[in-house]
Amino acid sequence: MSLPVGVLSLQGDFREHLQAFERLGVAATGVRTAAELANVSGLVIPGGESTTIGKLARIFNIFDPIRDAVKAGLPTFGTCAGLIMLADDILGGIDGQETFGGLDVTVSRNAFGNQSDSFEAELQFVGIGHPVKAAFIRAPIITEVRGADVRSTLEDGRVVAVSQGNILGISFHPEVTGDDSVHELFMREFVK
Amino acid sequence: MSESVKPETGTPLVKRGLAEMLKGGVIMDVVTPDQAKIAEDAGAVAVMALERVPADIRAQGGVARMSDPDMIDGIIKAVSIPVMAKARIGHFVEAQIIQELGVDYIDESEVLSPADYVNHIDKWKFKVPFVCGATNLGEALRRITEGAAMIRSKGEAGTGDVSEATKHIRTIGAEIRALAAKNEDELYVAAKELQAPYELVREVARTGKLPVVMFTAGGVATPADAAMMMQLGADGVFVGSGIFKSGNPIERAKAIVKATTFYNDPAVLAEVSRGLGEAMVGINVSDIPAPHRLADRGW
Repeated sequence: MSLPVGVLSLQGDFREHLQAFERLGVAATGVRTAAELANVSGLVIPGGESTTIGKLARIFNIFDPIRDAVKAGLPTFGTCAGLIMLADDILGGIDGQETFGGLDVTVSRNAFGNQSDSFEAELQFVGIGHPVKAAFIRAPIITEVRGADVRSTLEDGRVVAVSQGNILGISFHPEVTGDDSVHELFMREFVK
Repeated sequence: MSESVKPETGTPLVKRGLAEMLKGGVIMDVVTPDQAKIAEDAGAVAVMALERVPADIRAQGGVARMSDPDMIDGIIKAVSIPVMAKARIGHFVEAQIIQELGVDYIDESEVLSPADYVNHIDKWKFKVPFVCGATNLGEALRRITEGAAMIRSKGEAGTGDVSEATKHIRTIGAEIRALAAKNEDELYVAAKELQAPYELVREVARTGKLPVVMFTAGGVATPADAAMMMQLGADGVFVGSGIFKSGNPIERAKAIVKATTFYNDPAVLAEVSRGLGEAMVGINVSDIPAPHRLADRGW
């Protein structure tokens, strides 16, 4: 594999994703422009504020290129705000909030409440042989799964990770807990 | 499924983690729900809910306190992005009230009148994370020791004069670089001089950075100011009076958001700096008598 994995670097914790790939020995690079997007083997949409990331993507003319690339099969991995950006439908968005789409699911923003309700947990994850250390920070939840496969749930059954074709979307942040197993799974199953 | 660890709220990881998600973003002071909507629509990553922006606190004088809970509630209802609110330095009951309101971050802020000239708030006792100001590395590390999950380098709030913000972010950066260059056996005395715990000093020396996210604040009024703070190493910027005390808040808010993302691209910075109308009327920090300088509050 010659091209590096891209991490959308408009706003949010893109540096933590780049560091996760570095720990795995995978070449990774920041993506801010359509030209940079054309030279990656996969794309991570990081955590951050989905309203801000969406607006910046629109303003700097990378919104449509990302949507088209995801549709065309670019391996794509979204965490938290990234999951929101990859959902076909969202609840609790601001007026006119746009997403790249690709996952046939409905995602509810800030589904757990405010920051005092943010939490750490360990999760079983389809395709990973041990519990994954996860941080849920003002996290979204997948409230309706239509065309996607469920990869992980909380103990009460709420869905926090799905995949569909070339896309993996999770509502938590493995990149801040230092557990790189979901990144490793993304490379193994999606980027290849 | 095997037994998993019970989910836990309020951990240092999730407190510091929210600040990680705000990186590369702009946090804007707002005094009404309408301003909060404008900030969110412009791409702010969070808003700071307060009754008076620092420029007005400065102009009106008197004791500045926590905002009215009704006012904070109104702003929480108006937006989907995180909402921060300020408590006075050392006023742990204001912090208890603000936590109860469901804000996402508390700013223990020198912009308000201090409530305790000896102790800051014991921030470990709270589920909600805190951001605190610092003028130097020792001050930053003392705040982190008390439980701050995010630091903002201080500027002189409410002036539109960025020089103090520049001075403090440069100071913190230089002190971190000096620490990183020291030998292991020199770190004990460095901890003594910084008046900060040795373990934390050693961690900064090893990693070459603070263990929490650092934004900058105070006096940022233009896209160029914001980009300069980013080039000096800030993870993001707070803009207080600079937006809603300017001639065209909507365009200025958008421009500062863009400049904070593309802080290293002079072509973008030139473009977003055009046609913004009047910047906030500034006050030179050197014209403010020392007792009235807010950045000197906190220790």
